[in-house]
Amino acid sequence: MTKDWGRKDLLGLEGLSAAEIEALLDEAASFKKSPPDRPLAGRTVAFLFSEASTRTRSSFEEAALRLGAQPLSFSAAGSSLAKGETMLDTMLNLQAIGVTHFVVRHERSGVLESLAPKVAACVVNAGDGWHEHPTQALLDLLTLRERWGSFQGKRVVILGDIRHSRVARSNLFALKTLGAKVTFCGPTPLVPDAFTSLGAQVEHDVERALKGADAVNVLRLQLERMEQGFTASLADYALAYQLTAERAALMKPDAPILHPGPMNRGVEISSDAADGPRSLILAQVANGVFARMAVLAACDRARSVHV
Amino acid sequence: MSERLLIVGGTVVDPARGVEAVRDVLIENGKIRDVAAGLSKKPALKDVETIVAVGLWVIPGLVDMHVHLREPGREGDETIATGTAAAARGGVTTVLAMANTEPVTDNPSQLAFLRAKAAADAKIHVLFAGAVTLGQKGERLTEFARLKAAGAAALSDDGRPVMHAGLFRRALECAKDLGLVVIDHCEDLTLSHGACVNEGPAALRKGLKGAPWAAETVQVMRDIALTELTGARVHLAHLSAAASVAAVRDAKRRGLPVTAEACPHHFVLSDEMIPGYDADWKMNPPLRSASDRAALIEGLADGTVDAIATDHAPHGCGAKAQGMDAAPFGVIGLETSLAASLTELFHKKALTRRELVARLTAAPAAILGLKNKGTLAPGADADVTLVDPDTVWTPVAPFVSKSRNTPFSGRRLKGRAARTLVAGRTVHAL
Repeated sequence: MTKDWGRKDLLGLEGLSAAEIEALLDEAASFKKSPPDRPLAGRTVAFLFSEASTRTRSSFEEAALRLGAQPLSFSAAGSSLAKGETMLDTMLNLQAIGVTHFVVRHERSGVLESLAPKVAACVVNAGDGWHEHPTQALLDLLTLRERWGSFQGKRVVILGDIRHSRVARSNLFALKTLGAKVTFCGPTPLVPDAFTSLGAQVEHDVERALKGADAVNVLRLQLERMEQGFTASLADYALAYQLTAERAALMKPDAPILHPGPMNRGVEISSDAADGPRSLILAQVANGVFARMAVLAACDRARSVHV
Repeated sequence: MSERLLIVGGTVVDPARGVEAVRDVLIENGKIRDVAAGLSKKPALKDVETIVAVGLWVIPGLVDMHVHLREPGREGDETIATGTAAAARGGVTTVLAMANTEPVTDNPSQLAFLRAKAAADAKIHVLFAGAVTLGQKGERLTEFARLKAAGAAALSDDGRPVMHAGLFRRALECAKDLGLVVIDHCEDLTLSHGACVNEGPAALRKGLKGAPWAAETVQVMRDIALTELTGARVHLAHLSAAASVAAVRDAKRRGLPVTAEACPHHFVLSDEMIPGYDADWKMNPPLRSASDRAALIEGLADGTVDAIATDHAPHGCGAKAQGMDAAPFGVIGLETSLAASLTELFHKKALTRRELVARLTAAPAAILGLKNKGTLAPGADADVTLVDPDTVWTPVAPFVSKSRNTPFSGRRLKGRAARTLVAGRTVHAL
């Protein structure tokens, strides 16, 4: 089923082939259709999270359990990491205990690049700095593919704080690979024009960006961006960039609204948009479990080959 | 009985005197005695110890006006002994060590300690910069007159900019009165804050925080204005941005006493070349774009950028293993600066041989007011580097330096120092 997947790690979606991405989506879709029979029984999945997470972590834990694996909770605070042990030493020790999968969230971009090749266990990126959040993008893709069937010729608007968003980057890399176009939209401090060099279209006028789009993915505006001078106030941002039902209507009929959460209602998205008929926000969350099951299982098979 | 040494058959390149020809060089008691054709044939010199330099360039020892030797405070990363040994290997015979030690070199007694340490440990000449502000905090000026009396060769808060323009103005005025040059690390911290690489496509792709080129240029322009205001000399460290080069070019055209340096990593490498998140490619200012790199080379070619300096900044492997955004800034460069400059500037024909040697020797010596260095004039210190311009080699760890944080590791370079002499004594030979 996933002959196109041969990697023990998933660090990002940049550089993956369309076949590799589709293989993961196919496996996720099949898990959604029929629950697998504990393919990861006897495996242990450790969670190394140095940043807070509710959705991603619970979703991964649920995915591990549904695959028959044992989740091993690990909190960076109070751990040996906080006592100065290097991340690599922590991982090697946990691997010696029997961990087969690491699911890692870290505040530093690219932190896994040098670590993953040094451990035999699978390493799955659950968000690194501003860099990538591949499983979030996979669940976005799964949700869109269920609606569309194919990504060819589609145009997705990603609206909000793109500069600091790993979700935006992972979505951009994958959507481009799959044949879709991506428009980044937001104020210049949060959406610098240089993003065009990555193959995105950049548009600072929300209405122009949304007109005729096939979907919009709305990103959270973190409150600290105001203190950092990226935007003057939440109200000012909302006036210019909030996704409202009225603005959403500029898209194609039935074009869906996505949001990776957590939402700031009334800031980047209005309740009438978030809860309206176009919203697929809860469908995304449900799909997240299947996308993560697919990643854990596919990487495990590649690990078993390498070991 | 005097100590004499004859360097025979090499091509002497001495930009300060306009010499570029096959000449013999006679050294006596640590000084250049004579530079002329056919010295080796003189009967009076037939018994003098001889170094054959056929096929090599014989140039003044390199003057690297920007290094960090980490002593005191971080002897695990480098010491005066290891840093100067690395310099010797790279053909460098004089360095200016920056003041961002731990503690900061901001007082006469620490300068005296460092000079004594260098007298005991150094393989080459070491000059020391004194800090501009106490603790490099950018709040209160240090005692410039006392620092000068204790042997400070220049003043610099390098590693940090003096953000406060009013304070920097006073520093320039006081330094001018004493005839000291102020070396500024140009960086507006409100623009660069928290960045680890250049702002641009590469940073966007990797999700790293970038500092825009303007963070440097804003302060370059400020310093130029303050130089015009005060009449004081200012030397701009490690230029990295095209707009900074343009600003300096304009300032020089207007006759202002501004000088500037560029580092090999900035004119050989650019940000899109950085492999992944490898912190051995992280320094401040960061590697900029390909067009910035091209502008630096143009600036070196037309003399806008006076000098080549390394900003040799050793850091241990552990510190650099923290990844691109957490690792400290800095790369080592003393063992590769000559080779990288030859490869990029001379062999690619951006600079003539004479221009290149000037940027490495005469120009930095002049900026620091070193009368007996940077030239092979009779009477000058016999600091001489023999350059093998054509051998291709690949620098790899371990280095003579205690640290190994360099993006040039594994990169093929053409040309190297075959031998380095300080005061007539060989401190490095292949």
